[in-house]
Amino acid sequence: MTMWKSVLAAAAVALASSTSAMAQRTDLVLGVVLEPPHLDPTAGAAAAIDEIVYANVFEGLTRIDSGGEVQPALAESWEVSEDGKVYTFKLHDGVMFHDGTTFDAEDVKFSLDRARADDSTNAQKPLFEAINTVEVVDPTTVKVTLKQPQGSFLYNLGWGDAVIVAPESAEGNKESPVGTGPFKFDNWAKGSSVTIVKNPDYWGDPVALDKAEFRIIPDAAAAIPALLSGDVQAFPNMPAGDALPQIQSDPRFSVVIGATEGETILSTNNGKEPFNNLKVRQAIAHALDRQGIIDAGSSGLGVPIGSHFSPANAAYVDLTGTYPHDVEKAKALLKEAGFENGIKATLKLPPPAYARDGGQVIASQLREVGIELEIIPVEWAQWLDQVFKTKDYDLSIVSHTEPNDIGIYARDDYYFDYHNPEFNKVIADLDVTSDQAKRNELYGQAQKILADDAVNGFLFELPKIGVWDAKLEGMWENSPIQATDLTDVKWGD
Amino acid sequence: MTAFLAKRLAGGLVTLLVASVVVFAVLEILPGDPAQLMLGMNATDATLNALREQMGLNDPLLVRYFSWVGGLLIGDFGRSFTYSSPVIELIGERAVVSLPLAIMALLLSTAIAIPVGLFAAARRGKAADTITMGTAQIGVAIPNFWFALILIYVFAVWLRLVPAGGFPGWGNGIWPGIKSLIMPAVALALPQAAILARITRSALLEVLGEDYIRTARAKGMPRRAVLWRHALRNAMIPVLTILGLQFAFLLAGTIIIENVFYLPGLGRLVFQAITQRDLIVVEGVVMLLVASVVLVNIVVDVFYAVVDPRLRANA
Repeated sequence: MTMWKSVLAAAAVALASSTSAMAQRTDLVLGVVLEPPHLDPTAGAAAAIDEIVYANVFEGLTRIDSGGEVQPALAESWEVSEDGKVYTFKLHDGVMFHDGTTFDAEDVKFSLDRARADDSTNAQKPLFEAINTVEVVDPTTVKVTLKQPQGSFLYNLGWGDAVIVAPESAEGNKESPVGTGPFKFDNWAKGSSVTIVKNPDYWGDPVALDKAEFRIIPDAAAAIPALLSGDVQAFPNMPAGDALPQIQSDPRFSVVIGATEGETILSTNNGKEPFNNLKVRQAIAHALDRQGIIDAGSSGLGVPIGSHFSPANAAYVDLTGTYPHDVEKAKALLKEAGFENGIKATLKLPPPAYARDGGQVIASQLREVGIELEIIPVEWAQWLDQVFKTKDYDLSIVSHTEPNDIGIYARDDYYFDYHNPEFNKVIADLDVTSDQAKRNELYGQAQKILADDAVNGFLFELPKIGVWDAKLEGMWENSPIQATDLTDVKWGD
Repeated sequence: MTAFLAKRLAGGLVTLLVASVVVFAVLEILPGDPAQLMLGMNATDATLNALREQMGLNDPLLVRYFSWVGGLLIGDFGRSFTYSSPVIELIGERAVVSLPLAIMALLLSTAIAIPVGLFAAARRGKAADTITMGTAQIGVAIPNFWFALILIYVFAVWLRLVPAGGFPGWGNGIWPGIKSLIMPAVALALPQAAILARITRSALLEVLGEDYIRTARAKGMPRRAVLWRHALRNAMIPVLTILGLQFAFLLAGTIIIENVFYLPGLGRLVFQAITQRDLIVVEGVVMLLVASVVLVNIVVDVFYAVVDPRLRANA
């Protein structure tokens, strides 16, 4: 008898909850793979931080929109001086931080000065290097003077690392972030989830969602059942590529394959024998068959690239034809370079599947032309240490996910060990050019030089595999910045 | 008995001390700079150094070891690099998930294994015995993550009786918490139960061959009474040993299950901390696990001594 009672009660609850689902939903549970180490985007490089708080909890002077363009945010407008060195920002009036303190020009000065200070632990400190002074003109006007013109300055201010924080709350942002955004931080159950709720006092357009919970689901095998059971309604970056067809054929879900800013490359140690030889690098470029690598490394979803630039970017130039797949040509080049007996080298692979799975295919492709690779799996910490820091490697595979980061090739001591004055000149010109058409042209030149020099094996752009409930609207298709912007997300019917 | 206990406790302390040296040394030689991991590929050397200074990583090795061990003695496990909150707090938050899970799994596996072992032992050589032990053999062989996935698909995706994973937190009520631990506990318990059932059976059979059992039977004691009153009590020693070992295994070995069910437990904490080079967290949790294993072993030893007074004399 009691059993029947509880069954009836359960049925009643189920019925009640299904009727309430008829009304417009205002809550959302999103799945994320990695837990953020903390929630302060100005004190760490982890993408997991920005994926939760960028544009939702924290805002910068500018922001990057879904198309990768710079838009006004806390600064409603700005003026740039003739010489391109002085930026005068007009700030929105009446903006409040979530703890009730007011936002004004002093907060902007505090945030920018803090990010570029000597003891700063901002992971992207180079973004602020061009700044000479930050001055408060009046509560809603800030004047930033640069040491030299910087074409990407407004874009740089749109990074998560450049969000505006308040002196009253900056220290506590790691645990309980206080921003100016349309959502307020609500709760962080460590290891489990981060919840944000609607900010009723938001200065801009109010958001449709009352509550969003980012649930941490590290295991790819667990992601699918989490969706199927309805526990989670969206995965902005779905980890399970192989199981995707199962979801794609299910009308309850939208599957949207977009672009990221992740250039996946066969990193090459240009400073080391025999890879300091252009012919050897060109041979590798000819030996690579991108489609095979994409099939293995990203379930066939990545977009081939021919240089270090995202196809989603307006300045993109398609250079995938620079070195067509040609085994004979590759062999001939190796012979010309004096390696007719082949080359032995190592391939260090970090944990992500694109590297481990793609690496197997690359090794077999290079074997065909006489390059024998010893595969060495490494962890991230080891990778950063051995490959990135001490350049103790021949080849590696990694996705460079920082947006618009072609400038890394101009760095003196970068792990590619690539040095080309001609390239550096183009990047230097870019730094002082703010005219967009001219910038795009320079970006094109830079891409071409890298492709010609076959600096790295340019493989594919990491896809953004977005899966969400078919009724959900406003999720970003592409990911021009590592963020899950929920400001336009709502439930349709 | 006091001397017996003192000897066991002293042994435990020495184990802990040795463990602290080993744990610290092993983690120190792991390659990878925690500061670099946190700040990523774009960080400048000055930034890295500033963060390392903040984390106390620039101090000499010995200074760091002694300040760590000194802290442990007064219950201060240090501060996590990544979470920047006290390690002891993190452990506390996670233990309230892992501990109930391990206890549930342990109770469940014992509740299944002992009757099954008894059942099979009483029917030694008969079809029922063969079938039961064959099933147990399969149970031992099935990987628990695979079993977990089957459970998820049946009970969460298909029947929607329980969540597919995650943990709502005890703050949201006892029942939702327990509900989200049921499947993980079952997935953990079944392979354990299979092992334990086999051990219970063979321990019982060994005891059943002893002279005093034959005597009891010869005096006309009913079969069932012999099995329960004499055999089981004496067969408990090997069973307890395995239970003790299993407890340690359960605590440390829930990593896979906690991943599949995305439970915020100790296993996941350690796993995450290792990949992020959050050494102080790894050190703290490992020491705690070692301590609990040492403690459980002492408790098991004491149990032995209670069950079999001869062991007390030998100690």
